[in-house]
Amino acid sequence: MLDFEVFSQQLITGLSNGMIIALIAIGYTMVYGIIELINFAHGDVFMLGAFLALTLLGALGMEAWGPSGQVFGVALMLIGSAVFCGGLNWSLDRLAYRALRKSSKLSLLVSAIGCSFVCMNLGLFWGGAPMKVFANGNSAAAPKNFPAIIPQINLLGDGFLRITPADLLVFTVTIPLMVGLTFMVKRTRLGRAMRAVAQDPTAASLMGIPVDRVIGATFFIGGALGGFASVIYSLYNNTIGFQMGTRAGLDAFTAAVLGGIGSLPGAVLGGLTIGCVRSMSDQYLETRWTNTIVFCILVLILIFRPNGLLGSTRREKV
Amino acid sequence: MRWRPGPIFIILALAALLPLLDVVLPPKMQLCEAVRGVFLYAILALGLNVVTGYAGLLNLGIAAFMAIGAYSFGILTCEIYPFQLGFWPALALTIPIGAFAGFILGAPTLGLRGDYLAIVTLGFGEIVQDVLKNLDVVTKGTQGINPLPAPTFGGSEWTAEDEYKWYYLFFALLVLTVFAVRNLERSRLGRAWFSIREDEIASRSMGIRVERTKLIAFATAAAIAAFAGGLSASVLSSTGEPSNYDFQISILALCIVIVGGIGSIAGVLVGALVMVGLNSIVLVKATAWMAANGIGSQGNVLLSPNNWKFLIFGLALILAVRLKPNGLIPPRIERAKQ
Repeated sequence: MLDFEVFSQQLITGLSNGMIIALIAIGYTMVYGIIELINFAHGDVFMLGAFLALTLLGALGMEAWGPSGQVFGVALMLIGSAVFCGGLNWSLDRLAYRALRKSSKLSLLVSAIGCSFVCMNLGLFWGGAPMKVFANGNSAAAPKNFPAIIPQINLLGDGFLRITPADLLVFTVTIPLMVGLTFMVKRTRLGRAMRAVAQDPTAASLMGIPVDRVIGATFFIGGALGGFASVIYSLYNNTIGFQMGTRAGLDAFTAAVLGGIGSLPGAVLGGLTIGCVRSMSDQYLETRWTNTIVFCILVLILIFRPNGLLGSTRREKV
Repeated sequence: MRWRPGPIFIILALAALLPLLDVVLPPKMQLCEAVRGVFLYAILALGLNVVTGYAGLLNLGIAAFMAIGAYSFGILTCEIYPFQLGFWPALALTIPIGAFAGFILGAPTLGLRGDYLAIVTLGFGEIVQDVLKNLDVVTKGTQGINPLPAPTFGGSEWTAEDEYKWYYLFFALLVLTVFAVRNLERSRLGRAWFSIREDEIASRSMGIRVERTKLIAFATAAAIAAFAGGLSASVLSSTGEPSNYDFQISILALCIVIVGGIGSIAGVLVGALVMVGLNSIVLVKATAWMAANGIGSQGNVLLSPNNWKFLIFGLALILAVRLKPNGLIPPRIERAKQ
């Protein structure tokens, strides 16, 4: 029997997690659209964003702030992590990828895997920071508890469904970001330059577009979205760890491919689908098989519909 | 023409003489056991080199095939299963089993573009771990399958104390793998792999059956990796837990191939020495040294050499691709200019 209450609750969880996955997936899809690189390090940049948020939270003692102060605190973490992740992603491009623009795609991918490992190791070191929120530097590798500074109440009162402020936060942050990003890509000068570089870098540079700077900007924006995602992920799931980037990255990449890599609405659709598949599989199958199911979706999509749900053969890339 | 020993011969000859050095070294400095690990990873990386170096297909899930080899060795030999084969037949059987697993993964996915294929192999690596962990009825979950038999060679079964016997067994199997791979490299099949790596369309128009040739590369790599897996399970007398075959192992193998010289056998041997040497000799000895001298790792994450592993792997990959794209010992057959 399908219990409607349980089903709807899982749907809400799935959609919330799906929006977070979608935000990460956009980072993959933008970078892939512009230089055809699976930016392996993206998941780990996301992870470091969560660590920065926890550091800010601990250093400023946000747990003790009042309700209005905590709203300010969340905003501060969002902006801090976004700038940090954007900057980090930009630096990775500058230091590790830019010199390889003319080498084979596989060397670029190998370099990205290297960046992913370096970032993961930085996360491990960060986890050993001598702060109370990081367990005073003990057992650096252990998952960290992210304090739930958002009240865990049900906004629907005693209704049969449970929608928490955290659910609300996910949607109030992600939807404006996605709308803003779509506007930027479609309407602004930078967005036009990005689409031009994605289509043909040589022609774009002949038209006077500073290709490297546009690619750098793409990395920054993708990373910043990952930073936003890291804060809402942490506030929503309340546990972070230095290895969470791999899992989140694989989910988000699957989402990007599912929706059609290079397509923004595709990434959102893919993210929501993966989020719901995960929560439904947790509920109706077994949690331990969820990752296997997501992977099988990835393989089946790649084999039977490599352009994804919304991608066409002549797709408009970001 | 006068015979000149090639780099492969020199490396293997040095490795054969290494136990003599152990006789003079003090017990704490002895290297044989650690070098055995270098041999094991060299075999694994030689397998990866077939698919990634020769055929140009990035495989990020080679550890999964190692796991498949280890677990099939375990299931074929352990006394709690019906087969109960000996060491030699079971080790030999890991090769066709591995090849079959490679075939199963490769057949549907080899049509994919290079970077998509890499992601699929990565995902496969994760899934094999999950499946091994979750199917605990068969695989004993995180306990691993044990005990597993050692070879019986001239009478009684070996134990962990027979250090030199194990050393030369690993050495002999490495030499065997080197010869097999070197002959493949120089065969018609090897040339077809190089050709596909450089230009798939041109190869197709020259009459090479691209899909089939790629699939053979994939299956060969999987077979060699499974062989390495069976061997490692035997020396540990246990398959270990599934997470012993995680993404880190695949990346270690990739580092060996990239740092050593992609597509070069001598390069892979040197790469294995450098990377595994760092990973399981320098780091381990440094940890032991620090513990002996009272430099505590408790409370400070930076003081445990093991915590630097990812950083070393990562930097090795970034720097190798950037500074020495052909590796420490470039392959005999130069890659075409990209």
